Amino acid sequence: MKFLQHILHEQKKNFLPGGKLEKFYYAFEAIETLMFVPDSTTASRGVQVRDAIDLKRMMMTVIIAMIPCLLFGMWNVGHQHALATGAAMEFMDKMIFGAIQVLPIVIVSYGVGLGIEFGFAIMRKHPVNEGFLVTGMLIPLCLPATIPLWMVAIATAFAVVIGKEVFGGTGMNVLNPALTARAFLFFAYPAYMAGEIWTVLGDQKANLVNGYSGATALSIAYETSSSGQGEVVAAMNNSWSDGLFSFWNLFMGVVPGSIGETSTLMCLIGAVILIVTGVGSARIIVSVFAGGYLTGLLLNALAVNAFMALPAHYHLVMGGFAFGAVFMATDPVSGSQTNSGKWIYGFLIGAMCVLIRVFNPAYPEGMMLAILLMNVLAPLIDFYVVDANKKRRLKRATV
Amino acid sequence: MSEVSTAVPSVKPAEPLLSKKNRKLISNPLDADNPITVQVLGICSALAVTVQMKPAIVMSLAVMFVTAFSNLFISLIRNTIPSRIRIIVQLSIVALWVIIVDQLLKAYVYDVSKQLSVFVGLIITNCIIMGRLEAFAMGNKPWPSFLDGIGNGLGYGVILVSVAFFRELMGSGSLFGFKVFETAGIPFIGNGLMMLPAGACIILGLLIWAQRARNGYREAH
Repeated sequence: MKFLQHILHEQKKNFLPGGKLEKFYYAFEAIETLMFVPDSTTASRGVQVRDAIDLKRMMMTVIIAMIPCLLFGMWNVGHQHALATGAAMEFMDKMIFGAIQVLPIVIVSYGVGLGIEFGFAIMRKHPVNEGFLVTGMLIPLCLPATIPLWMVAIATAFAVVIGKEVFGGTGMNVLNPALTARAFLFFAYPAYMAGEIWTVLGDQKANLVNGYSGATALSIAYETSSSGQGEVVAAMNNSWSDGLFSFWNLFMGVVPGSIGETSTLMCLIGAVILIVTGVGSARIIVSVFAGGYLTGLLLNALAVNAFMALPAHYHLVMGGFAFGAVFMATDPVSGSQTNSGKWIYGFLIGAMCVLIRVFNPAYPEGMMLAILLMNVLAPLIDFYVVDANKKRRLKRATV
Repeated sequence: MSEVSTAVPSVKPAEPLLSKKNRKLISNPLDADNPITVQVLGICSALAVTVQMKPAIVMSLAVMFVTAFSNLFISLIRNTIPSRIRIIVQLSIVALWVIIVDQLLKAYVYDVSKQLSVFVGLIITNCIIMGRLEAFAMGNKPWPSFLDGIGNGLGYGVILVSVAFFRELMGSGSLFGFKVFETAGIPFIGNGLMMLPAGACIILGLLIWAQRARNGYREAH
């Protein structure tokens, strides 16, 4: 290790002002800080310095919080394949099968994204920010495992350039970059982002188990509702594989869906890590769930079709609700900044998600659109929260 | 105006029809003073008619025609228009040319006219035309006004056609309906975003970015 650090240090003089590779200083600096702790940290002297947390540690915490989702997602990709084809697969077989599907997506997402980030950093002469480390992991987790790799590449490029760099880079983006990538694919290549694409079938398309259907819980709910016959829960319990869409299965995440989004349990583990370390906002997470649940209850009370009558707690475990609430809505850049604003922002995300799901059948997964919409409205919420605070204090003031 | 002066008028040599100043009237709107990417006018139709090349080109020609002739006519009567009702006078002249264009399109290229549908009629509300009438034709002689109209129509057309080029190429893999990728044997999957107006918005934004990067744009503070 010391040896490597020495080599890197030897190279540094080439990149400093006056060196022959001066232009690439920020690319060098990014590699240096990523591999070794930079020697330019603030000493922990003085009462005001409580912790030397920086963007890098913050981002690494989020990545650690996402690991349960990633690992479970890999296993689930294998498991869904085994379910659909009826193949006998052990735990490790499923993991390996999943890893073969998922890791290329992760690698492409990181490779393309970091390449563009480095390019912009060198061009604009600013340090490479660690923000993409999280985005690069979120993008694969919110995509189906069957997505072609070139689509991942252009979606990542789109998200980094249009979602982030045009606004000035990390910390300046209006929309969540990972969701920008997903929204891009969703509108550009709808055939690869919706329908029966959630399970990796590979070359086994011919010998599927009897009655197999690639539908997700959300599409079953929509179809039951639009056919006007029966209840959604009954339809889900009556699926091709025994108990596939039971509440417990949906909560555990052993259902078809995007790679990382299926398991509510793993998302909650991630939420605990984020909240304990103080990286993610508990206010947002709690209020998203509250907003979704209360809106679900309200729709139950007014129910005129099967989707509206779906028990409210099902909304919280279906689709990407939990994943969005924990990892997407809590993005500190695109979300609300004020404490009361966070409650409103989160609540409206949950509410909008359920409303989009139930009332807009063209977009079965409402979470992505709900979060993007609220990302746009977050500055407005903050504005009114700050404004209300000013008014309240002015009233109190005696001049 | 020199007509009212009592001094002996010195005879100025007539300005050549395409003098340097007049040529600038045509070349400026193409880049440095582009109506879409610099003044950000006429965005609505730029988003609406650029799914394919053919309607975009026809639309550009129509707008160029209307801008040029409205400019010319307003410039001819600019000294007799009472300034309090000038907008309505301008509108009626623009409306005249829009109706003529609409009838011509219906007569000769009916299918394109169908595709452009309401947007031909909406040329009348195109900010570029009203902007040029107010800013240029009301204060300049007919010939420069006519050239200015042609120039701005071209500036609008250049952007429209480049947006349509990318949208048609990436959205349906064709140019003027000719399947480029299919003929070349390259597998191609249409990008649905490019078929939506949002795609045009993004392409337009990227064009503005590229142009500003080239011309060294600095935001005024």
